[in-house]
Amino acid sequence: MATRQSKARPRILRSVLENGASTALAAVLLIAWQVAVPLLGISEFVLPTPWAIIARIWNDFALLMQHAYVTGLEVVFGFGIAVLVGVPTGLTIFYSRLFEKAVYPLLVALQTIPKVVLAPLLVLYLGYDWAPKIFLAFLISFFPIVISTVVGLQTLEKAMVDLLRSMGATEMQTFFKLRLPTALPSIFGGFKVAISLAVIGAVIGEYVAAQRGLGYLQLQASSQFDTTLSFAAVVVISAMGVLMFSAVSFVESKVVFQREEAK
Amino acid sequence: MSAAMEVVGVATAQRTGKMAKGVAVHIEGVTKVYETRQGDEILALERTDLTIEPSEFVAVVGPSGCGKSTLLGLIAGLIPATSGRILLDGAEVTRPHPQTGVVFQSDLLLQWRTVTENILLPIEIKRRHTADYLPRVEQLLEQVGLQGFDSKYPTELSGGMRQRVAICRALVQQPGLLLMDEPFGALDALTREQMIMDLQAMWLSAGNTVLFITHGIEEAIFLADRVIVMSPRPGRVDLSLKIDIERPRRWKDHIDPRFVDYVAQVRKIFEAKGVLTER
Ligand SMILES: Nc1ncnc2c1ncn2[C@@H]1O[C@H](COP(=O)(O)OP(=O)(O)OP(=O)(O)O)[C@@H](O)[C@H]1O
Ligand SMILES: [Mg+2]
Repeated sequence: MATRQSKARPRILRSVLENGASTALAAVLLIAWQVAVPLLGISEFVLPTPWAIIARIWNDFALLMQHAYVTGLEVVFGFGIAVLVGVPTGLTIFYSRLFEKAVYPLLVALQTIPKVVLAPLLVLYLGYDWAPKIFLAFLISFFPIVISTVVGLQTLEKAMVDLLRSMGATEMQTFFKLRLPTALPSIFGGFKVAISLAVIGAVIGEYVAAQRGLGYLQLQASSQFDTTLSFAAVVVISAMGVLMFSAVSFVESKVVFQREEAK
Repeated sequence: MSAAMEVVGVATAQRTGKMAKGVAVHIEGVTKVYETRQGDEILALERTDLTIEPSEFVAVVGPSGCGKSTLLGLIAGLIPATSGRILLDGAEVTRPHPQTGVVFQSDLLLQWRTVTENILLPIEIKRRHTADYLPRVEQLLEQVGLQGFDSKYPTELSGGMRQRVAICRALVQQPGLLLMDEPFGALDALTREQMIMDLQAMWLSAGNTVLFITHGIEEAIFLADRVIVMSPRPGRVDLSLKIDIERPRRWKDHIDPRFVDYVAQVRKIFEAKGVLTER
């Protein structure tokens, strides 16, 4: 108990210092930006000040949220489908020798293709509405989920499986009591990579052809030399990425055993 | 030979009194050939015969690679025999027998489960009510000196404590046959000494059959009713040495003339086989 407390104090102090340091640095950079723009006579069409971007987000909040809602849904659906398809695909690769030999190398090879270059083709095949954006978000987040699932399942020691077998466990019991809990940290690592990529996928899809969404809004703004709105869209897209990532992290903290806690 | 075994059987039955519920093990001409990935064949165990009486404590010593873990895996029903057969209470082993508990060299505790949850794992697997076993868990933890640690996680325990939990897990369902593969190999000398004494006490009160695999000659002689000496490549039984030292044994029995003589007998075999050489 005593050791725990004496350890906790410097840790809190350190985290305050570290967070404080990064906040301070960010503040300094923002202020420098704010001051430099008028000082160097940079036009607001080229680079708006941070304050102008914040003011714009405030003024056009309803508009931004209307488009954020569309992009957000695309991300959630694309990622959701990637989870629903990716995890079972990973399981099948793990359990089926044939599937592993036939499909896994192909998936690994396909993963190296930059998925965003498929965006124009997807529009061609799937139209201008939700479908190509959701599909791109799905496609781009699918691979990390499959691979992290397979890798997570493969990390298990054979002796552990023997232990459960010696108790008379069925494969179903071994899966739920041992394999899945062992693989979960890796699987959630994949989810976190995937959710960030899904945001990129949805926005790129909107760049190519759309009537709604933050990517569309940003493109519109740029074509009208409304750089401030374009920056505002960037901020909202980033915020959305952070929010989605935090949501996955939150679920992870509820589902996955925290190694740190036990230390 | 069979007369001698009869005597052992009677002696163990007397000692354990009402709790003579150990499983009888018969190994008949068992051979195990492994196939490596390169397609080579490795003869790990050759035509091995071994009988273990109910409630007998048998220790197996032998150099690394002589097939001790293979023997244990075969009895546990984890590895299929290439030829020959293994009977537990007269029934041939084709898959893990519900009466066996296994302790491996490493503790193999599940990190995300508390001590109690780890110990209850075999009960969950057998779909019994875990609540019924909570008093049993308490009793086991007390026997190994871990009372109060029930809700700790494995990472909060030392290596010795973790191995104790692994032993409790193997014993929770009161198995008729306890298989232990170098359970104390990774422990420091002091912890190991304590665990040896605790194991003897637990076995004396439980009365199950034990197969205990070890590298330690002294450890084997101290604990066992009978020590089996194996030699390598191909693995086979070289000597079956009955240990006539009364129970419960005390640590000072290590300097008993009989004990010293048993050690010398085992060492002689290893020297003859070139496992031990004096330079
Ligand atoms: N799965 C396997 N595939 C191929 N060969 C194996 C396999 N398991 C064991 N062997 C071989 O069988 C022989 C006996 O192995 P085993 O693990 O039974 O030895 P051991 O007596 O337990 O050794 P140690 O004391 O080092 O644990 C060794 O030569 C080993 O290389
Ligand atoms: Mg071994």
